[in-house]
Amino acid sequence: MKAQGEAAACVLDSDDMRRAVSRIAHEVVERNRGAEGLVLVGIHTRGVPLSARIAEEIAKIEGVRPSQGSVDTAFYRDDVGLPPRVPTGPTSVPVPLSGAHVILVDDVLFTGRSVRAALTAVWDFGRPLSVQLAVLVDRGHRELPIQADYVGRDLATERNETVKVRVTEIDGFDRVDVLSPHRGVLFE
Amino acid sequence: MSVTVVRNGQVCSSTGVVNADLVIEGEYISSLVEPGTPVEAAAHVFDASGCLLLPGLVDMHVHLREPGDEEAEDIRSGCAAAVAGGFTDIVAMPNTHPPQDSVGVVEFVREAAARAGLCRVHPAGCVTRARAGKELAGIRELAEAGVVIFTDDGDPVRDSRIMRRALEYVGFLGGLVADHCEDIQLTDGAQMNEGEVSGWLGLAGWPSVAEEIFVARDILLAEYTGSRVHLQHLSTAGAVRLVRDAKARGVMVSAEVTPHHLMLTDEKATEYDPVFKVNPPLRTAADRAAVRLGLADGTIDIVATDHAPHTPENKEEWTEARCGMLGLETALPLVWDLHRKGVLTLERLVDAMSSRPAHLAGLEPRGPLAAGQRADLCVFDMEHEWVVDPSGFHGKSRNTPYEGMTCTGRVRYTFVDGRPVFRADEKVGENKRPGRTAFLVEEGVASEGPTPGMPGRKK
Amino acid sequence: MSDYSASSDHVPAGAMQEISNHPRSLLAMGDLDVHRLGEILTLTQEFRSVLRRPIPKVPALRGKTIANCFFEDSTRTRCSFELAAKRLSADVITLTEKGSSLSKSESLRDTVRTLECMGVDGFVVRHHASGVPARIAAWVDHPVINGGDGAHEHPTQALVDLATLIEKWGSLAGARVLIVGDVAHSRVARSNVTAFTLAGASVSVCAPPTLLPPGIEGWPVTVSEDLDAEIPEADVVYLLRMQQERIVDDPVVPSLCEYARGFGFTEERARYLHSEAVVMHPGPMNRGVEIAASVADLPISLVEKQVSNGVAVRMAVLYLFFAGIP
Repeated sequence: MKAQGEAAACVLDSDDMRRAVSRIAHEVVERNRGAEGLVLVGIHTRGVPLSARIAEEIAKIEGVRPSQGSVDTAFYRDDVGLPPRVPTGPTSVPVPLSGAHVILVDDVLFTGRSVRAALTAVWDFGRPLSVQLAVLVDRGHRELPIQADYVGRDLATERNETVKVRVTEIDGFDRVDVLSPHRGVLFE
Repeated sequence: MSVTVVRNGQVCSSTGVVNADLVIEGEYISSLVEPGTPVEAAAHVFDASGCLLLPGLVDMHVHLREPGDEEAEDIRSGCAAAVAGGFTDIVAMPNTHPPQDSVGVVEFVREAAARAGLCRVHPAGCVTRARAGKELAGIRELAEAGVVIFTDDGDPVRDSRIMRRALEYVGFLGGLVADHCEDIQLTDGAQMNEGEVSGWLGLAGWPSVAEEIFVARDILLAEYTGSRVHLQHLSTAGAVRLVRDAKARGVMVSAEVTPHHLMLTDEKATEYDPVFKVNPPLRTAADRAAVRLGLADGTIDIVATDHAPHTPENKEEWTEARCGMLGLETALPLVWDLHRKGVLTLERLVDAMSSRPAHLAGLEPRGPLAAGQRADLCVFDMEHEWVVDPSGFHGKSRNTPYEGMTCTGRVRYTFVDGRPVFRADEKVGENKRPGRTAFLVEEGVASEGPTPGMPGRKK
Repeated sequence: MSDYSASSDHVPAGAMQEISNHPRSLLAMGDLDVHRLGEILTLTQEFRSVLRRPIPKVPALRGKTIANCFFEDSTRTRCSFELAAKRLSADVITLTEKGSSLSKSESLRDTVRTLECMGVDGFVVRHHASGVPARIAAWVDHPVINGGDGAHEHPTQALVDLATLIEKWGSLAGARVLIVGDVAHSRVARSNVTAFTLAGASVSVCAPPTLLPPGIEGWPVTVSEDLDAEIPEADVVYLLRMQQERIVDDPVVPSLCEYARGFGFTEERARYLHSEAVVMHPGPMNRGVEIAASVADLPISLVEKQVSNGVAVRMAVLYLFFAGIP
């Protein structure tokens, strides 16, 4: 379903997504010299299945599956005055983060605010050696000094466009669309 | 002698409602004449088109709060509220501070009322000294000072032996004992009617039986002693039934009901707004139906407002709040509404709000308007729609439960002894020195010469 | 998409609409619908895990000031609200003035309006008189959470009880709850009847007629006067506090001893519970009156679990009602 007056353009299909995840996994392993001490922390909602896929890929490459956690940023948001959001999933980290290399995983990097919130959340679980950020799509328009270490696809977008990521685990299929308002053409 | 004409009204006369002009000479009605009949030397003319002319209303149950609680109301502001509601005579309850248990206090109230110069105030006397329920007040001296109604209102006369003696003694002096019927042990800590609503709100309840036990006791004592008794503010179906049975047996019992018990139910407590806290409490819809029927069939003799002004500080929060609500300025439109809905006839309305309370309170007889009668009038604009806005009230307090309600009908003029003491849309006594008549209507003065024109309708 | 900007156009319009339709204050359990209840239970679960972290605190209410107005004595409710607010990074003012002295010195309305002028963003109100939180909610422009009012309601206690049972069983659908004791004077009973019913349980109450409120026929409960017949049927036995003061003012029962014999939950009675059944009490307990000392400490007793859920539940309520304040 999409709002009236929106046009959707597919920018990544399922094969593109598979390749992007695989490449991110290789880069993570390369940069960290293996899977030792890695904790993948997915940001709810779609960062969580993506982090699981990356962990799976790393397991294939290294034979060791890194630890996985998840964070929900509901309690760490900076948008005071908006209606409170109920977390969509648990915030849980299975191992102490002190001494770990944390890879935060999210679907889209936009303003950087949810990554900021996720960083604050992660800090409540200890003092990691490093935190790195992996995203499927970087669409620009940052409002904070935050950059991704691993990017599946850089997308030049307009600010009023919406990047919509769908993953099989939640949506039943894999695809990334850019929804543009008022383009007048409706397809899909 | 000054001559006043009230033009184009519909007059409640002994032959029913008639279209007539009512001519007042001095303090008395001099004649009812065909509408438009020229009247010689008419100094003041009032337009009553669309209005019903009723005999001045009488309220047997008003709390004027002075002396003692002048923050909430004083005698002058209470009288202003009364005339704004069409009342020409009110009985002031004695639960003042100090209470009206001595001639001195009673005289004080009378004098303050006379200074206000609006309506007549008839102070009730206490049954017991200081309303303490222990010993009889100085009833003879109060009676000699003209007090007719004796009551400890606010509280019942708890002690049955004292009640018995009061009935006998007051009756012998020609007075009438009025009782607030409540078994206070059954209502210890009570906040509202005991029932489904109180159960859910977690407020302690006044059970209906607490009222009925005292209604039954008073009836039995009146029957036993052969005295008259007046039961104040009946609120339950059971109380109405007891009174109906007693009257059928010939017991000399009379009873009153308030406009709020005729109009509202305990559902109003749901928001905990203490404006709805009153004693006796608002009851159930079944009780309301019973008191309406009782009023219609004459089991309940009269409507009395139990006008009970309170300051906002005393109406903040339900449990700490005092009991009581305003009544004077909304009573007639509310009872009129019952009449419009066919609950009671016009004859019964006039009887219940004027003739009958006048009789019970020992006042000059009054009834349908006729030549020779004292010119106490309520001119009621039957179709005028208005929204109850307490900020426009003439009394000092604002604790009306009807705020925001749309009423049909309002008092346009009130006359006491032939003097216009109230006119709608004008604050009573505004910009007038205290101690003077509130106002006299200046426009319309001598607008009528030998060949009269139709007086213009005033706003 | 979990990234968002601070502008509201990234929040789905429908979702905002839905949230803003809920009552601003929590005055009674009836202010919550199933959806809202679900949110509170989800949040409770999250906050329970927050409380287990090395740093058991989140910045969700940073910058918010909560006035904890306890006009009636209470230790556990006051402390759990205070701790909940602090765990959410809110600033807390706690008032513990007794209602009676307050009413003599300054009017209640003036007191809360003064607090509001000082910049309070929300109120938690406990009062010995029914309806005070509702009145305060009418006077102030900020949300009010009822922390227990007279014999009216105690919604956060009911939420604690629900959360405790749902933590244990996952769902309350079809469960049979037996509430025993002074329903007439119990705010906990009123809130819990609504809460348990909303969660899909069936509720019966058991008490002598003198301890039943007027109009209980209209409540969604079955009424019984025979405790021994009810116990084997119950999945939850919920015992209400029986107060000595009650029988001094009004002889609702001849003595606490006699009450204990008829309605106290003794070890003997506990034997008739089925194996999965549990016992609850809102506290503070009168051991030996409504609950035998030994029963209170049995594994079937969830009393301590109830207390330990108090903070997480109140965090959920404060977050849901106060986080959206501009």
